[in-house]
Amino acid sequence: MTGAQAVIASLQAAGVEYVFGYPGGQAVKLFDALFESDITFILSRHEQAAVHEADGYARVTGKPGVVLVTSGPGATNTVTGIATAYMDSVPLVVITAQVPTTVIGTDSFQEADIFGVTLPVVKHSYLLREARELPETFAEAFHVASTGRPGPVLIDVPSDVAGQELEFTWPETVNIPSYKPTVKGNAKQVRKAAALIGEARKPLVIAGGGVVSANASEALAALVDTMQIPVVCTLMGKTALPSAHPLNLGHVGMHGSKYANEAIAQCDLLICVGTHLSDRVTGRIAHFAERARVIHIDIDPAEIGKVLPADVPIVGDVAGVLADIVEALSAQKAQPQSKDWLAELAEWKERWPFYSTAVEEGRTGIIPEDVVMELSRQLAGTRSIVTTEVGQHQMWAAQFMERETPRSFITSGGLGTMGFGFPAALGASLANPDDQVVCIAGDGSLQMNIQEMATALEAGANVKVLLMNNSALGMVHQWQTLFNNKRFMATEFSANPDFVALAAAYGWQAARVEDPSSVAAAIETMLAAEGCYLLDVVIPRDANVYPMVPPGGATADAVGAIDLAVGAVRLGLERHEVRQVGEVNEEGEGGL
Amino acid sequence: MRHVMSVLVQNKPGVLSRVTGLVSRRGFNIDSLSVAPTEDPTKSRITAVVEAEDVAYEQITKQLNKLVCVHKITDLTEDEAIERELVLFRVAVEPERRSEVIEIANVFRAKIVDVGHKSLTIEATGTQSKLAGLEELLKPYNLAEITRTGVTAITRSAK
Ligand SMILES: Cc1ncc(C[n+]2csc(CCOP(=O)(O)OP(=O)(O)O)c2C)c(N)n1
Repeated sequence: MTGAQAVIASLQAAGVEYVFGYPGGQAVKLFDALFESDITFILSRHEQAAVHEADGYARVTGKPGVVLVTSGPGATNTVTGIATAYMDSVPLVVITAQVPTTVIGTDSFQEADIFGVTLPVVKHSYLLREARELPETFAEAFHVASTGRPGPVLIDVPSDVAGQELEFTWPETVNIPSYKPTVKGNAKQVRKAAALIGEARKPLVIAGGGVVSANASEALAALVDTMQIPVVCTLMGKTALPSAHPLNLGHVGMHGSKYANEAIAQCDLLICVGTHLSDRVTGRIAHFAERARVIHIDIDPAEIGKVLPADVPIVGDVAGVLADIVEALSAQKAQPQSKDWLAELAEWKERWPFYSTAVEEGRTGIIPEDVVMELSRQLAGTRSIVTTEVGQHQMWAAQFMERETPRSFITSGGLGTMGFGFPAALGASLANPDDQVVCIAGDGSLQMNIQEMATALEAGANVKVLLMNNSALGMVHQWQTLFNNKRFMATEFSANPDFVALAAAYGWQAARVEDPSSVAAAIETMLAAEGCYLLDVVIPRDANVYPMVPPGGATADAVGAIDLAVGAVRLGLERHEVRQVGEVNEEGEGGL
Repeated sequence: MRHVMSVLVQNKPGVLSRVTGLVSRRGFNIDSLSVAPTEDPTKSRITAVVEAEDVAYEQITKQLNKLVCVHKITDLTEDEAIERELVLFRVAVEPERRSEVIEIANVFRAKIVDVGHKSLTIEATGTQSKLAGLEELLKPYNLAEITRTGVTAITRSAK
């Protein structure tokens, strides 16, 4: 068979159902080979979106998402998508066509050194030189993408290689001597961890995306249930434990609750599981978990000790390590000692609620938090996946969307890519066609990949877009409100499209809601609709996400938390609104 | 602190830029670099000298270890390693003083590998400090050009 046919045969051998992408000159042989296969090809309207679609598919299934694009501009358009997947450790196999090997390096038409361009944002990459390398390369690519700490792998396929003949045999096993991720946690370290946990009075787990990607939720629940350890979740770890789990304190970090951040400040043992402790989580690191000893569990040794020294580092698959710790605890006959700690946390939760209708009194228009909570209520108990774009709406979703199952909350955490959430919803919906898939979007982000409305319709996907429309780049607007004396530079849209008409032009159903009392019914109509539906929810431009840890500040510096002990007010806002530009980034931390 | 980092890698295209790109991306400068295949033709060895605090150095090696193409990293900074570099000096010395230069070269067990009308070329190997000493002594004789291979290193045999 030809190289092109071998590419498709490899995808089939790897069990690929969907390929997302866009054709072009150097890719015609590859696309021709797709013609006969039973793989479904999803034709996006932009290569960046194709990668996000594959990424959404990968995040909900745990299987590598696959992308196929042409050389040059097709390949360079994938870069943001690949970087997004890299930062969030999502398995992808991205196949880029390349100019023939005979002209590589000559600036030939539509030649781009995509191998070189993507080096910093791939887990691994290949430039094929001969067709006979092809089966092994593809088998390796799928193996590397999905094992260890998952990530995107790129394969650049010159068009002459796609034309060469080869004998195709799919390798039964993959053996890369230089790539052997450590899976099993060190037994001695596991016992040490168990000893620390057994002693702790104020233990706390911080769960990151690694818990979700390692399918370790049950193992985590087993540990925290037996030892009665409360849990805070990073943005990527949001579905590590069901939101309603009694030990789950929810969202932590820059827009986390005061009680979750305070729990980190006060705990005597912090168990970091599958998290790289982003600056968005820690705030000023010198003040992070100051009183705590630290256990850090991760499949990636480089994450341990990177920002926070660990007393007990454990490298390994987090599900296995957590199970080993539970076993060691039972061998030690450890008993939970967190009763007082849990009581204290419960008090904090009462005192510093994330939200209180009393505080919102007097606000006009639709309150964004209410919209998210309403959606959350209506999705409760159903099989659903929520994706988000990036900005304020994303943070409200992180704060108020209740989720029950792992992989049911999809968001760009590490790179914070506007334009990710909508195509990701499309990929998620194709993977799980029976789930209700809702993208919570901002009007800025949605317009970064809005053309995918056509893709969604063509693919027969069933995607809902809940547009939190503030006619602004709300999150940046918020920073300007708080730190730049309301000098709104380049954050207010004066010529947004009529999103309902636009959606209709794409063949979508759509409606707009401006009246707070109509929100619930409007969401109900959206969720009940067959097929794609956009709900344009008009919200005020000046709504801010609170609490907020100022960039570069310690979590204790957060402003805008509600303190019912003081009255129904948000703390620290007066003080904060006078801060000037420049004070914020003293340490070079922060940034949007 | 100066570290001599020996990185055993797959002998494949792109591997060198992957390794050096990662080091510079993480904010470190590579002072010297040497690369060549090993006794096993599927593997190459990269020897790099980097300046980094211990914690930062550990982070670079952890990041490098993650690369699929990296087999193994050894820190050869310690005394248990033998470190060598090869340097070529072109000395534009006037003919009457050539013998002085040749004498210096002999003391350092360096070789004269090329002689022209206006200059001669010396090949010297050794540790960086020995070579620096030689360079110092050659300076007064009009050192026209210096080229170095970068450090390579190997662990000492077990005694
Ligand atoms: C591709 C990209 N460009 C710029 C940014 C910086 N940024 C972060 S949030 C934000 C505003 C997002 O606006 P919108 O999507 O309308 O959401 P809102 O904050 O209003 O809810 C911007 C510009 C980004 N995260 N991604």
